Amino acid sequence: MSGIFKSSVGRKFAMALSAFFLMIFLVMHVSINFTSVFSEELFNNMSHFMGTNPLVQGLMQPILIVGVVFHFVMGFVLEAKNKASRDVGYAKNVAKDNSTWMSRNMLLTGAVVLAFLVLHFYDFWIHEMTIKYVQGDMSGLVDANNAESGFRYYDELREKFVSPVRVLIYVVSFVLLSLHLLHGFNSAFQSVGANNKYVKSLKGFSKVYSIGIPALFIFIAVYHHFTH
Amino acid sequence: MMNLTLKIWRQKNANEKGKIVDYPVSGISPDMSFLEMLDVLNQELIEKGKEPVAFDHDCREGICGTCSLYINGRAHGPATKITACQLHMRSFKDGDTIYIEPWRAKAFPVVKDLIVDRSSFDRIQQAGGFISVNTSGNTQDANAIPIEKEHADKAFDAATCIGCGACVASCKNSSAMLFVSAKVSQFALLPQGQVEATDRVMNMVKQMDEEGFGNCTNTGACEVECPKGISLENIARMNREYLTASLKG
Amino acid sequence: MSILDSKIPEGPLADKWTKHKNDINLVNPANKRLIDVIIVGTGLAGGSAAATLAELGYNVKAFCFQDSPRRAHSIAAQGGINAAKNYQGDGDSTYRLFYDTVKGGDYRSREANVYRLAEVSTNIIDQCVAQGVPFAREYGGLLDNRSFGGVLVSRTFYAKGQTGQQLLLGAYAAMNRQIGRGKIKMYTRHEMLDVVVVDGKARGIIARDLVTGEIERHSAHAVVLGTGGYGNAFYLSTYAMGSNVTAAWKAHKRGAFFANPCYTQIHPTCIPVSGDHQSKLTLMSESLRNDGRIWVPKHKKDVEAIRNGSLKPTDLAEEDRDYYLERRYPAFGNLVPRDVASRAAKERCDAGYGVNQTGEAVYLDFASAIERYGKEQAYVKGLNVEDKALITKLGKEVVENKYGNLFQMYEKIVDQNPYETPMMIYPAVHYTMGGLWVDYNLMTTVPGLYAIGEANFSDHGANRLGASALMQGLADGYFVLPYTIGDYLAHDIRTGEIPTDSKEFDAAEEKVRAEIDKLVNNQGTKSVDYFHKKLGKIMWNKCGMARNEKELKEAISEIAALREEFYKDVFVPGEENEYNEELAKAGRVADFLELGELFAKDALERNESAGGHFREEYQTESGEALRVKDYQYVSAWEYKGQPSEAVHHKEPLEYENIEVKERSYK
Repeated sequence: MSGIFKSSVGRKFAMALSAFFLMIFLVMHVSINFTSVFSEELFNNMSHFMGTNPLVQGLMQPILIVGVVFHFVMGFVLEAKNKASRDVGYAKNVAKDNSTWMSRNMLLTGAVVLAFLVLHFYDFWIHEMTIKYVQGDMSGLVDANNAESGFRYYDELREKFVSPVRVLIYVVSFVLLSLHLLHGFNSAFQSVGANNKYVKSLKGFSKVYSIGIPALFIFIAVYHHFTH
Repeated sequence: MMNLTLKIWRQKNANEKGKIVDYPVSGISPDMSFLEMLDVLNQELIEKGKEPVAFDHDCREGICGTCSLYINGRAHGPATKITACQLHMRSFKDGDTIYIEPWRAKAFPVVKDLIVDRSSFDRIQQAGGFISVNTSGNTQDANAIPIEKEHADKAFDAATCIGCGACVASCKNSSAMLFVSAKVSQFALLPQGQVEATDRVMNMVKQMDEEGFGNCTNTGACEVECPKGISLENIARMNREYLTASLKG
Repeated sequence: MSILDSKIPEGPLADKWTKHKNDINLVNPANKRLIDVIIVGTGLAGGSAAATLAELGYNVKAFCFQDSPRRAHSIAAQGGINAAKNYQGDGDSTYRLFYDTVKGGDYRSREANVYRLAEVSTNIIDQCVAQGVPFAREYGGLLDNRSFGGVLVSRTFYAKGQTGQQLLLGAYAAMNRQIGRGKIKMYTRHEMLDVVVVDGKARGIIARDLVTGEIERHSAHAVVLGTGGYGNAFYLSTYAMGSNVTAAWKAHKRGAFFANPCYTQIHPTCIPVSGDHQSKLTLMSESLRNDGRIWVPKHKKDVEAIRNGSLKPTDLAEEDRDYYLERRYPAFGNLVPRDVASRAAKERCDAGYGVNQTGEAVYLDFASAIERYGKEQAYVKGLNVEDKALITKLGKEVVENKYGNLFQMYEKIVDQNPYETPMMIYPAVHYTMGGLWVDYNLMTTVPGLYAIGEANFSDHGANRLGASALMQGLADGYFVLPYTIGDYLAHDIRTGEIPTDSKEFDAAEEKVRAEIDKLVNNQGTKSVDYFHKKLGKIMWNKCGMARNEKELKEAISEIAALREEFYKDVFVPGEENEYNEELAKAGRVADFLELGELFAKDALERNESAGGHFREEYQTESGEALRVKDYQYVSAWEYKGQPSEAVHHKEPLEYENIEVKERSYK
């Protein structure tokens, strides 16, 4: 077992595992976010739960961070090795005839998503961490000393999508995430060795997932922008 | 009859630098194979006292896997499921410009002009692409173990790999996964091959990595360009075999 | 008594091989480590021999001119491999395979060798299945068989239309295992340019590294040639571009007799020549004759109409077609042996019934097979058997399943869809039954020099039956040579390593260098291919499917003159110390130019028709080959400086277990 992650096949397996994890995470994330469209209260309650539950915060959050970092780092490591495996390029290469743009540009789409995540972390995560663990305010309230003031999450969310520039960045990033997923979803199955008739029947679902999830994120951002 | 402009990679040997050189050819019949068109060019070059273009070829019927030309940006040219020697000039038009380059991969260094060294493929096979049975002939009767037709057919489909290297050449990562997985799959699907499946896949993947081939990112280019249509399913099967083997070992 | 001693063991035919194996000397495992064997050529015969000898413990050095052993031309064999397994229960047996092979070879092969071949044929299948060769199987999981020309049973094992590929990859895998263990040292892109004979024994070779041009000396206790046939003397053939006679010819010049050079197989079903640019011909497997029917139009007016495009072959009525094989040979029909089918096609085309522009093509038609299979499927599936479109669709599916890759190959080359219109085919040079003379132990007339597979002459007589080449290559390499070579090597256990600095090695290397220098510095005006094509034309026109005294004599003098012109006027570009394909080709064509003359000389000497050798002067009233009892011998030629001076030796052929009859497939 040792050394498996040093081999090409093992590394791809690890990439796929982290991808599966992130894909499940995306479903959870979009589900909670979507509640903000129809119920401020539900959104606030769920946000508070996620933000204060020790299991989520102490176990799942670190795993998620490790997963994200691993996925990116490994992605770059693999790309570096792949680039090095062809020292002289072709004068003429028509890759579009044998593969999709998405499959050939996972690094590009991934890098944009990474850049987006930096912004996203700055917007929400660092903000949250500062309030909770630096300032020590675990109440989740607008005014920590006033229980009547209500949860702050929904208002903060609405606030972020006021700026059209930020909304545009979100939209573009999610389009690229969609492209990333359009190849990545099936690719992850292939990498773990699943390529039987059941997996092939997932092809339709993978399109729904890869376009649907980013579309929902975009919808949420645009919705809040225009209803503010 | 067609007139064409060829843009061909010329490189004297492994150590010297190469470059693309233009050659006009005329009077090409659409019934010629692509390699016969190169023969015409070479005869003209020889008549002028110049060195002909070196390219690998042997059986000229699409089975030996020797020919290895990257033609107009595609391994074995624009048509699918054939090798360069089976490509006919009727696939081109009068006045076309055609790029002809060698396979490009660090693990396939250029020998001369369009010829590359694919001995890395042999070394991968030497690492485990066999069933360790003595050649005494004193094995059990060939019909002693019935093999489900579906498995036998799939093993055959994987075994049709001709080792040409088009998969590596067309992969953006120069990955040899399709090639390696074809052999791993062939034996994994047969009861005779399952006995040493663990060692086989571990050793072959290890050698593949050492040779400097890239990783598979599942673009599927290899499957499209493979003259024998070897399926990506084989790569998935190899991944499975590898993971199972890793857990065992 | 001939100076040729075939060393056939005493005793009843069926016991000879077993008895021989029990009688011959063995080398003990510890001593095998002290013995080196060189194997030149790594196709089915050479590859399987290398693997087996290495496994036994010998140190093997293997050489091939290709970039990998996996590319040897054995890979192109399509149809299958024979074995007397009798899995179909249709009456097959070792004797019947032996009988069919001797009869198929027109009673010009050595009885004991053929019987041994039939005997070990079953081991080959067992061996290959154990190695993971994916033969075709039936739904019950057992091995499937099909039928080939010249036999009345189904004994051919196959892997779609790629049987040679699968068997070669099996041998390649067995070799790889030994290369990985360090027991075989593999030299790829190396060409053997001479055999070194020390004290009358083959002790090494001179080889050229085709990448660097370096001339190398390699020594061993024995040298094995598995270098294939010489059909490329005809320029156009189904052989690979690189296939050549050089190794065998150099051995011949060092004292190995060359046997029956004129026995050449012209395969009946190849894609016809399309123009002067043609570099090679493509075979359509004989297995197609299981289902395809061969015909030409009955009337000349229809031939004309078809040639000028005003009539489509599919529109020609059944009664206006001449299914000439079914007409002439009712018992075997379209499955007559190759020589018979080829000559019949030539006969029709010479009579003016050829169906393409060049007049050299006949039809191979699958329409009735499609209909037959379609109906069968409709019955099985309970569908309407009167629905023509449905029947055709179902039938095409069956045919595609059986021959899909061949049909696709045809369409790629000819640009016509063989499911819709009949294929056009014509005979082409495909295999050479002649080769280096060997005794029962597969040793040539030079002690320690062996020849296996197509490179030797031994098993196919004057005509090889389909699916027998793979059988012979593997039989020689896996099961015969590894035993018989031990008998010779048993005397070498105390010899020690053979030095490469002896005067014999010096002389051989010097000779090779001189030949290369001569070619590279010739400064002529014509390319190697110019001469090769010219030689091919002489061979095809005068030593091809039909030969006669006058033309053979012409061929002899024309080839001699061409050879002279070659050395005067050939131009080889490039240097000797680099990758130089023209130089390699020049050396090969130089040898073909000598062999070609011996070929014609042998054909001229053989005043009879037998198998692939058809002399117009010797035919029956119905145009069949007429054998002559006086020629029931193997011709083995001894080199004496020039092909014209070659000395003729005879090995009489005796048939004790088989009655020599007129070969009839009617």
